[in-house]
Amino acid sequence: MNKTAQNLGFGFLYLTMFVTIGFLALIIFFILARGSQVLSWQFLTAAPRSGMTAGGVAPAIIGTLYLTAGAIIFALPLGLCCAIYLCEYSPKGFIVNIIRISIHNLAGVPSVVFGLFGLAIFVNYFKFGVSILSGSLTLGILVLPMIISASQEALTALPQSLREASLALGATKWQTIKKIVLPGALPGILTGVILSVGRIAGETAPILFTAASFYLKGYPKSVFSEVMVLPYHIYALMTEGTHPEKQTAIAYGCSVILLILILLVSFIAILIRQKQRGYQNG
Amino acid sequence: MVKQVKIKAENIDFYYGKHQTLKNINLQLYTNRVTAIIGPSGCGKSTFLRLINRMNELVPHSRVSGRILFDGLNIFDPKVDPVQIRRRAGMVFQKPNPFPKSIYENISYGLEVNNMTDKRYIEEKVIDSLKKSALWNEVKDRLKDSALRLSGGQQQRLCIARCLAVEPEVILFDEPCASLDPISTGKIEELILELKQDYTIVIVTHNMQQAARVADYTAFFLLGEMIEYSDTQHIFTAPHDPRTEAYITGRFG
Repeated sequence: MNKTAQNLGFGFLYLTMFVTIGFLALIIFFILARGSQVLSWQFLTAAPRSGMTAGGVAPAIIGTLYLTAGAIIFALPLGLCCAIYLCEYSPKGFIVNIIRISIHNLAGVPSVVFGLFGLAIFVNYFKFGVSILSGSLTLGILVLPMIISASQEALTALPQSLREASLALGATKWQTIKKIVLPGALPGILTGVILSVGRIAGETAPILFTAASFYLKGYPKSVFSEVMVLPYHIYALMTEGTHPEKQTAIAYGCSVILLILILLVSFIAILIRQKQRGYQNG
Repeated sequence: MVKQVKIKAENIDFYYGKHQTLKNINLQLYTNRVTAIIGPSGCGKSTFLRLINRMNELVPHSRVSGRILFDGLNIFDPKVDPVQIRRRAGMVFQKPNPFPKSIYENISYGLEVNNMTDKRYIEEKVIDSLKKSALWNEVKDRLKDSALRLSGGQQQRLCIARCLAVEPEVILFDEPCASLDPISTGKIEELILELKQDYTIVIVTHNMQQAARVADYTAFFLLGEMIEYSDTQHIFTAPHDPRTEAYITGRFG
């Protein structure tokens, strides 16, 4: 009797796993099947032509890379320093707990709200205009909580005994952080960056009013230029224009590229982590 | 050899929050001697040890009063930088805690943070420290390997080598064999006896036989107080205090 119940339980768990993986496989298969027909060298390197029904999506790829890089350049140092302060320097207690909870809550704010904030602050108040700069800063703020939380977790997970060992050798606190704590926490911090990159590259709402443009001739010239971006380009292809069937195919092509970009970044980050971990575990 | 006072603790009281863990400790540690601190768990022996290199102040809500004189210098003087004290008093911890770096880097680290840049000097020092800690023959062909691949006993000797490299005057051992097997323990004890020719050594231990084997002097702590302090032989054969006798004969602790 017990045995049967157990088998049923296992069977159910197995099924849920299978369903989950099934969905994932289905998404990838579906997008690849629909999108791969338009993929070509020209699709990756040329600009859109004939009212977005022909040519490539290179400006949108470039735009996505710019925005992602910009957001990480802004959010990683800021988030990491903030996490270092919270974990290593700030006195433990009530206030730090409040800050920690606030940061967690910030992560739950809908991204379109960040978009509006970016419009009000970066585009209008600081007069950066609809631009790469405004979009990067908005996306940066969006992922800041994620980077802070991941970094904090990584720093807290590092054994106190390593800090003590370093201090006992006559290292200063800053030397200890720079040479022992940060290298040790690197794999965890990188995890935060991976997740952030995935999130940034796929976000549409925050850049809707701050960076993205429907259609642009040529490539962005400076950080104050508007850009085309993959997710927004997909949205544009599916909602505007006069040749839905051609545009739909291109939209799936964009999805494939987006998927591959994110997988590529994750893969690189995982490789770095593995290398680091392998060394740490001997 | 003439007995020289290296470290002198005067009227040390120590508090974690409201809880007093050390009560009026007065103790002298002598140059080129091994002093053991024994006592049951929670008696404050590790706390006392960690005062000597000012590690306790990393713990929030801790407070100390009294003086510890290190060659006559009060280490709690506000003008004294704890970093300077830690360079003079090295520490070996209860659990081996090598850095997740190579064997070589584990030792060169202490030199680098002390602003040593001469590569050749660092290399000599690494080799010298490994020899002094009796680890050289086991690791000389794999200095670039991760230190975490070593066995527990080897890791602990690496931690000792790491400590020796920065040339401290005092070495504080905080139950260094607590997580080691008897053979590794034997090697560490041999090492301690050798090191006492050049250093002042304090060892906190749970293991009374260990204290009897390595220490010249032994202090017995109980509930934050120092009950008795004299030369090791005396304390193990003719203790003054009935509580000391009860502890060393195994009636509690």
